[in-house]
Amino acid sequence: MVKLRYEIEGGNFDLAGGASSQVKKVLKQLNIDPVLIKKIVVAMYEGEVNIVAHAYKGQIEVQIFPDRVEMKLTDEGPGIPDVEAAMKEGFSTASQRVREMGFGAGMGLPNMKKNTDELRIETEVGKGTTLIMTKYLAYE
Amino acid sequence: MKVSDLIEKLGLTVFAGSGSVSNEISGGYVSDLLSDVMGKAREGEVWITLQNHLNVIAVASLKDLSAIVLVNGITPSPDVVEKANQEGIPVLGTTEPAFSITGKIYRLIK
Ligand SMILES: Nc1ncnc2c1ncn2[C@@H]1O[C@H](COP(=O)(O)OP(=O)(O)OP(=O)(O)O)[C@@H](O)[C@H]1O
Ligand SMILES: [Mg+2]
Repeated sequence: MVKLRYEIEGGNFDLAGGASSQVKKVLKQLNIDPVLIKKIVVAMYEGEVNIVAHAYKGQIEVQIFPDRVEMKLTDEGPGIPDVEAAMKEGFSTASQRVREMGFGAGMGLPNMKKNTDELRIETEVGKGTTLIMTKYLAYE
Repeated sequence: MKVSDLIEKLGLTVFAGSGSVSNEISGGYVSDLLSDVMGKAREGEVWITLQNHLNVIAVASLKDLSAIVLVNGITPSPDVVEKANQEGIPVLGTTEPAFSITGKIYRLIK
């Protein structure tokens, strides 16, 4: 089992995607199916950017098992008041500044859902959000 | 078709990633929304956009896109150029708007 851990800084878009890029390299080295790597990387990038765009700071923990990859993204931030609404394509509370950069389409969470096998969200308004995503390596 | 063929046929400016212009082009994707590109673009596609910051390079690299074409005469900032060179992503430029350059690229690669 391989375990990776990254600290994510809220608001710093220059570094956004750095952790996902590292994980992609490791998955490649482990000879994981490129089709699955793509999906894992899309899901992780969206989660990483959401911490940067919507939270104050966070951590990403990636565990690579023989049969699955588990990503746990934890942040200190505003939390998500209505998870069901947030999951809908097009829903976004992104600021104007963030939108001008091309974020805020409200497609991040739907992308995470589409590209993983399991997505669990635990969130508390005013405290933060934990997202757990699992991708099974044996399928597809 | 390779990225270098596109550069030559359309007279595109090469801002960065000149070491990767032998990338093979599988198609194209036009969007200024990063999550849209993340979700829908496919490996080897040329990304036509007016977005010009570090995350554009991150997305292109994570998705294994073949090149980025910046429209409307947009010039990338030095940090974007540096990251694109590191990641080996060709960043190209045209003074044309997205509509016309996309039409030309479409004709060439279809
Ligand atoms: N970690 C988080 N903390 C607080 N709110 C979040 C978090 N992740 C998502 N949200 C909320 O859910 C909404 C939808 O998220 P989603 O990733 O789908 O879209 P977006 O980030 O707004 O835009 P895009 O991902 O397309 O750039 C966000 O606008 C925000 O309100
Ligand atoms: Mg998002």
